Amino acid sequence: MMTDASSTIFQDKIDQDIRIEPKDWMPDAYRKTLIRQISQHAHSEIVGMLPEANWITRAPSLRRKATLIAKVQDEAGHGLYLYSAAETLGISREEMIDQLHSGKAKYSSIFNYPTLTWADMGAIGWLVDGAAIMNQVPLCRASYGPYARAMVRICKEESFHQRQGFEILLTLSRGSEAQRRMCQDAIDRWWWPSVMMFGPNDDASPHTAQSMQWKIKRFTNDELRQRFVDICAEQVKLLGMTIPDDQLRWNEERQHYDFGPIDWEEFRNVINGNGPCNKERLAARVQAHEDGAWVREAALAHAEKKIQYGKTA
Amino acid sequence: MEKQHNWPLWEIFIRSRQGLDHKHVGSLHAADSAMAIENARDVYTRRMEGISIWVVESKYVHASNPDEASSFYDPANDKVYRHPTFYDLPDELKHM
Amino acid sequence: MTVQHTIDYTLHLADNALVLGHRNSEWTGHGPILEQDIALSNIALDLIGQARYLYQYAARLMTMQGGPEVTEDVLAYLRDSWDYRNCLLVEQANGDWGKTVLRQFFFSAYQYFFYRELQHSRDAELSAIAEKALKEVTYHLRWSSEWVIRLGDGTEESHARMEKALDQLWMYTGELFQPAGFEQALAPGGIAVDLGEIKPLWELRVGEVLKEATLTTPGSMMQQGGKQGKHTEHLGYLLAEMQFLQRAYPGNEW
Repeated sequence: MMTDASSTIFQDKIDQDIRIEPKDWMPDAYRKTLIRQISQHAHSEIVGMLPEANWITRAPSLRRKATLIAKVQDEAGHGLYLYSAAETLGISREEMIDQLHSGKAKYSSIFNYPTLTWADMGAIGWLVDGAAIMNQVPLCRASYGPYARAMVRICKEESFHQRQGFEILLTLSRGSEAQRRMCQDAIDRWWWPSVMMFGPNDDASPHTAQSMQWKIKRFTNDELRQRFVDICAEQVKLLGMTIPDDQLRWNEERQHYDFGPIDWEEFRNVINGNGPCNKERLAARVQAHEDGAWVREAALAHAEKKIQYGKTA
Repeated sequence: MEKQHNWPLWEIFIRSRQGLDHKHVGSLHAADSAMAIENARDVYTRRMEGISIWVVESKYVHASNPDEASSFYDPANDKVYRHPTFYDLPDELKHM
Repeated sequence: MTVQHTIDYTLHLADNALVLGHRNSEWTGHGPILEQDIALSNIALDLIGQARYLYQYAARLMTMQGGPEVTEDVLAYLRDSWDYRNCLLVEQANGDWGKTVLRQFFFSAYQYFFYRELQHSRDAELSAIAEKALKEVTYHLRWSSEWVIRLGDGTEESHARMEKALDQLWMYTGELFQPAGFEQALAPGGIAVDLGEIKPLWELRVGEVLKEATLTTPGSMMQQGGKQGKHTEHLGYLLAEMQFLQRAYPGNEW
């Protein structure tokens, strides 16, 4: 277990909101939890590039094309910031990527759903990025310094993503019959997976209590989920669209929206690799990595040669 | 020696505008220093965050040990006379 | 020299930038390492940005001609391949990373010397666009030169791949310096760049980089036709994909 003096100092720092930095003593379990959480988050950003990159070549206007590239590129950046943060904990990016490719590490299940129409770019921005931001803003105050700093950078950049998504949907909602249909269809398909993004209910979430004590997590899954539903239930009115939940209604007493039951069976299936696109997404990542092997190797070989040339010159 | 297959890690420092110090912003991987600077430009200055970049290969950064923090930094605690507010002077005194 | 020549010229430059930007953006999410995925996406964004300025200018000129109202998107999304005036080089399929960076290098070297001249164009709009683009292209040229050198003089495998890429792409470089009718018409007016003037500069720079990369140029026959709307088979597929939504749902706002 923990050594007493160190662990007391450690928990004292956490309690006083003093950030933990890479070389500070930390309990093994804290380090492991962070590596798992940060790398999982990084993987989600990288795999999350794929469903949207799908539509870059089909974006319907030059403005949409440019903003979509910029957005997907930001996700690469976010993955990179997060891998960097995790690397300060003593794991290499290569090891993390191996864990992703071997299926040992998880990433957010939401990216195992297909992007079928252009409206999905809007729904992902509004709902998926909206849910992600809800999760991420509190992480800017996470107890581990490099993680918190990466999250500050990410949250700053992320806000344009959600606005971009909503703008896409808003345009569709004011468009032709077919466009409105596209818009509603995308909301219908992305709503429940987005609600599930907050993870299992609190009573079924094994890591929550410890993570809250360590201030890696600041709010429970259900608290954040409720906040998300409350906000979206209002925003959808601006689109003149509906949320696919017939039990969604305002509860005056709770001052919150009530909503219907979540299909946890589906959630578990997708997490366990049986979602519509699990195999394709992972295969695409593995292929990019393998196709890039000769490039990375050649760059290293050339860097070596340059040093040699420098010596002989 | 085992052949190294991965690009080394570099620490990135960015000067956000003229007159300010370079500040550590994070790290990235690159095959050599020229590439590290270019990668830093592409990764960390996409939103006009910088006008100058330093890169240092991470293995060359040496850090103080947090376990020695008390002997390193606490002795400065009682040297308040190093700060200008330590000196009690009348408000009428201007330009000092 | 007529306004129509300036329109054709501007469209030719815009098409070059858009098609290569589009090709580069196919890499987004699939690059060999995150850092380079981001780098190439940046180049894609720069090129699409250049294309937009150029299309917007062409659209203004066309509208001033008294035709129906045109926008950048009408020009990008509603012209078929025989209307596209880009060079064949930029529409070639990405292939591996080596082919992509070599294509970028050939084109960036061309754009670099080209924009340097176009800055002095007597057409104020083109000159302003060139001035802005030149800064971007200077970086693209640096980035792509380094990659060509790195891969040419890297491992045995990377060298072989670059030789192959060179063999596939070299034949499309001649067209960059073959003036089309609209370029010849504009030349005396000081609006268009004299391609004969920048050709030796391009050859010198390309020669230096390829030499450092330990690569030799093949003596292949040069292909041309892009500037006249006679493309390779690749462009049709590219446009089919790019224009799909605008074609399937005509007249909608996106």
